[in-house]
Amino acid sequence: MLNIDLQYFAQLQDAAGRAHEIRTTSAPTAADLYDELRDVYSFALEPACMRVAINAAFSPWEQPLRDGDHVVFIPPVTGG
Amino acid sequence: MSDFIVADAPVDITTLRREILVPEAGGFCAFEGWVRQTNDGRAVTGIDYSAFVPLARTEGQAIVQEAKQRFAICHATAMHRTGYLSVGETAVWIGVAAAHRDAAFSACRYIIDEIKQRVPIWKKEHYATGVTEWVPCHTR
Repeated sequence: MLNIDLQYFAQLQDAAGRAHEIRTTSAPTAADLYDELRDVYSFALEPACMRVAINAAFSPWEQPLRDGDHVVFIPPVTGG
Repeated sequence: MSDFIVADAPVDITTLRREILVPEAGGFCAFEGWVRQTNDGRAVTGIDYSAFVPLARTEGQAIVQEAKQRFAICHATAMHRTGYLSVGETAVWIGVAAAHRDAAFSACRYIIDEIKQRVPIWKKEHYATGVTEWVPCHTR
């Protein structure tokens, strides 16, 4: 099992009801972790319209997670 | 000073402009984005901007570096606000100095377009009705 440091923004923060959590998971990749979280929080956003940041860098969805990784799922950005 | 600033309070634009005022430049081009009073026909009172700051900084910095490589410019700097901004407040500022105007206009356009596409910043609009909503995605 891995301990993952999760931070939530925008719609995901509202749906999760929190900005941050440390989650123990067996999800091997960020994509698997997002699937797991969708079951818990009913996230409406599809992964196809999002990106993922691991340790504050954009990363492939299929990148293997390591214990202690910091993960942020990035909803469609709307700055400017 | 970094070329891309994420600021949680108003920034003095005169200071930003001074950063790019270099002797080899023949002029500069700026884009300033403001909070508008309507969106999609709804009356807006303000926008709450949130950012994943560490990644917003690195991605914003990368965009400014790309602009320096693609266009013949002397200097560029950009600033994006976070927090609650009322109608009329400046949410984003981009300034590009260049020897000649074509490069300055093109680079300025490039930087704002890429910020809107890539930098992890999100806006929650506050409407006159009291309702608040995350803007789902850019319409243009």
